[in-house]
Amino acid sequence: MKPPRFDYVRAESRAEAIQVLAAEGADARVIAGGQTLIPMLSMRLARPKVLVDIMGLAELGRIEHRDGTLHVGSAVRQSALLALPDLARVQPLLAQALPWVGHAQTRNRGTVCGSIAHADPSAELPLVLIALEGEVHLARRWRQRKVRAQDFLVGMMSTARADDELITGVTFPQARPGQGFAFREFGRRHGDFALTACAAVADAASIRLAIGGVADRPVARTWGNLTGSALEDALNELAHALDARDDLHASARMRRDLVRKLGAQTIAEARRCRD
Amino acid sequence: MPRLSAETRHAITFTLNGRKVTAEAEPRMLLTDFLRHVIGATGTHVGCEHGVCGACTIQIDGQPARACLALAVQVQGAEVRTVEGLAPTGTSAGEGGLRLSVLQEAFRRNHALQCGFCTAGILMSLDAFLREHRDPGEAELREFLSGHLCRCTGYVPIVAAALEAAGALREGGADV
Repeated sequence: MKPPRFDYVRAESRAEAIQVLAAEGADARVIAGGQTLIPMLSMRLARPKVLVDIMGLAELGRIEHRDGTLHVGSAVRQSALLALPDLARVQPLLAQALPWVGHAQTRNRGTVCGSIAHADPSAELPLVLIALEGEVHLARRWRQRKVRAQDFLVGMMSTARADDELITGVTFPQARPGQGFAFREFGRRHGDFALTACAAVADAASIRLAIGGVADRPVARTWGNLTGSALEDALNELAHALDARDDLHASARMRRDLVRKLGAQTIAEARRCRD
Repeated sequence: MPRLSAETRHAITFTLNGRKVTAEAEPRMLLTDFLRHVIGATGTHVGCEHGVCGACTIQIDGQPARACLALAVQVQGAEVRTVEGLAPTGTSAGEGGLRLSVLQEAFRRNHALQCGFCTAGILMSLDAFLREHRDPGEAELREFLSGHLCRCTGYVPIVAAALEAAGALREGGADV
């Protein structure tokens, strides 16, 4: 359980980090908080030739309000976002979901973007990004681009990031008047990977429900203002569409049941929290 | 830009329990191994080595963190505190010098440890927690302790010790 050998670069600017990625491509990995990457190194699931540490870059360490969105730089730790004084007003879904990410001790080092970069299907932050229809900001030499969450998360632990691209930040839309948000998760113990996690956004005309921990990536549906049996049918359709599998932790049937029950509870709570 | 080669050891300077320390490590060395094998500070224990059990929890720049989820090279310039730094030092040499911290003393009184393997990590977490939460509730404490596995105590005496320490700190205004 010791990491393999790698060179270590402490980037002193964003351009330097991008330069290493351009030169080394897939042999380089960016390290931010390291709360997922270091265990992957220890278990030899990742064997980069060089690690590029971006935590010293003040330009990536900022949380900014930008035209109706909350922009979180890639060196922002999860605990720093959770400690943002008005987070519960600016984006209640983040305030509700962040306490479920790992434990206080890992949130003190883990970054918001790092969790999204790893794209674990049961992770909370990719789920929130999908639920809110946020964006991931990527930079490479001479070029920057923004990728929508649903285009960024392409499968189990895999994303649309090219080998020479650096994630510079993510943007979450801020809460708008009339919207309600809710987050629910079921796991065996607090801090364990979610067996099923739900994030819901409700407004006067529609509901959006995103589910994590079941399919190979978080999946969202937007419906009209369904109630009663129409909502039950929609949840049932979603539960089956996610193609749940049996594993050590839960059966496919249990996960489908969680999608229906936890999904309904999450939607009900989001509706209660509207405006 | 400094590139530290995988093949060689590099000098790392940081503050350990208030003292400046410089020691060498390869980039791949985990902070747990650096503290225990290079520095010789074996108070920090190594359990699961992938961030789940909490035994290796220390404080980096005042915040509890897993030492097994940090590289030695990442603490360059940082302020690191381990269980060895908890007991206040040398304040009253005439009366025997060292005493345990309020939290450590509460652990002893409440039998909040049996085998002691998880204890160093739990102490480092609670030490930081009690600085920010002067009057924690039991539910809040249990939520915070969920980042630590203890297979002996069943947590009841650990929670009791933490609540007692919080009370003593409020009354005495003493250091944790």
